[in-house]
Amino acid sequence: MFEIRIHSRGGQGGVTAARLLAMAALHDGKYATACPFYSAERRGAPVVSFVRIDDHPIKVYSQIRDPDLVVVLDASVMDVVDVLAGLKKGGSVLVNSAHPREFKGFPSRFVDLTGIALRENLVVAGSPILNTPVLGALAKMGIISAESAKKAIREMFTDERNVKAAESAYREVSA
Amino acid sequence: MKKIATGNKAVAEAVFQAKPAVVAAYPITPQTEIVESIADYVTGGQLACRYIPVESEHSAMAACIGASITGVRTFTATSSHGLLYMHEMTNWAAGARLPIVMANVNRALGPGWNIWAEHTDALQERDTGWLQVYVATVQEAYDAVLMAFRIAEHNDVLLPVMVNLDGFSLSHIMQPLDTVETGDFIPPIRLPHAIDPNNPAGYGTLTGPADYYKFRWDIERSMRDAVNVIRETQEEFAKRFGRKYGFTDEYRCEDADVVVVALGTLGREAEVAIDILRKEGIRAGSMRLRWFRPFPELDLAGREVVVIDRDYSFGFGGIVANAIMAKNRVPVSSVIAGIGGQEVTYDDIAGFVRQRRIGEESWFGVNGHV
Repeated sequence: MFEIRIHSRGGQGGVTAARLLAMAALHDGKYATACPFYSAERRGAPVVSFVRIDDHPIKVYSQIRDPDLVVVLDASVMDVVDVLAGLKKGGSVLVNSAHPREFKGFPSRFVDLTGIALRENLVVAGSPILNTPVLGALAKMGIISAESAKKAIREMFTDERNVKAAESAYREVSA
Repeated sequence: MKKIATGNKAVAEAVFQAKPAVVAAYPITPQTEIVESIADYVTGGQLACRYIPVESEHSAMAACIGASITGVRTFTATSSHGLLYMHEMTNWAAGARLPIVMANVNRALGPGWNIWAEHTDALQERDTGWLQVYVATVQEAYDAVLMAFRIAEHNDVLLPVMVNLDGFSLSHIMQPLDTVETGDFIPPIRLPHAIDPNNPAGYGTLTGPADYYKFRWDIERSMRDAVNVIRETQEEFAKRFGRKYGFTDEYRCEDADVVVVALGTLGREAEVAIDILRKEGIRAGSMRLRWFRPFPELDLAGREVVVIDRDYSFGFGGIVANAIMAKNRVPVSSVIAGIGGQEVTYDDIAGFVRQRRIGEESWFGVNGHV
């Protein structure tokens, strides 16, 4: 089982990112569950959501404590949240950032999702959309296939700029 | 069609396909997505249904009762305090023999104010005459709602059915959902005692000591007959749609010396614990209890039993543990865990089995206990 924890702020679409990722994994022929952690969160507060992907039906409902991958959609949450908490030995980090960052020796990749969203003019209520482009980066990392990523995005959004943004993230994510 | 959906959305989709004529509901976390989705179907013109946005849950059930007695299919959804607020009317619905289907998203009771999973809300309704089923996956939530209408409306039952799903850990989790073409799986509703203006009759009139007990016995008789209707409906569901359900969902129980019994998602997570325990040489199995009313026969003789109660009856004990002790006359190791959404992992469940204390009760997380 591959376990992913997504860090974002309330309103940035972290839950939708988890849903899209689960949908893409399902299209890849795998089992997937996605769940937000609900508490007294509000817009702007740090939030987490979880995705599990496996070749077999997933029976685990408890929270992910030692993820294989941590996705940080908003790097500013790292000032208040230890995003590396519980990260498995051999686990890695994907961060929305224009520059490489250091994660205590954990292998990490960076991609400027905010920049991509602004370039594609993917902005809703003043906030750049991060949850569709991030799927492109995850496809490049081999978590899901590029075809399934695009299929999932198109099932949820009619605006083709979401797919273009994912394609940009696929090309631009650091090695 | 395969997709990703939340437990709430799965319930709403099943209701949509069952085509109720009336839905009366009041929103409450964590069930709100169910009635919001149904309201969307109605306002979008996809579902020809009267959606009554009432001012309270008591009125929601009262409106369902009024609609149901005219002989039409009715549905509502609630949770926690909403269910408790309905309590007078839930008794009435069963007593009036109305096949109302309700989804209850299990949530703890305040204070302290808590919106997370617990089963005490539904278990406080266990003596009302409602059938109760507890589900553990998004798929099962959908399937159980479809079956609930057929069971409730069956002429041998004519009692309301409550489909229970864990707050957040199932209502808000997204899992694969395979929807079906229901065809004629749910036959048209035919209520033998429906109001007929051409044949006036009295409803809910004074019933004296000479007759009242006969109506109560009739509820119990139907509850017993419901066992066969549930079995038959689940078999027919498996035949048509390929997914099998029983009164329990058993995992590696055949040769098990120790069996874990739980309701809802904890009962599913227990299966992961069973695999861990088996590797350690402990012959364990999981018997997830699906139906609580009518209470099923359980194959527990000669086994050690660990019951996880996500509920409690103060001054008495875990409600499921005590039901099993009373019905099956087996001593159990009773673990109170998952109350108000308390995090319980498969490792914790494996620990409950390793450290089982038959004949005793332990509260998970409380000093001096498991």
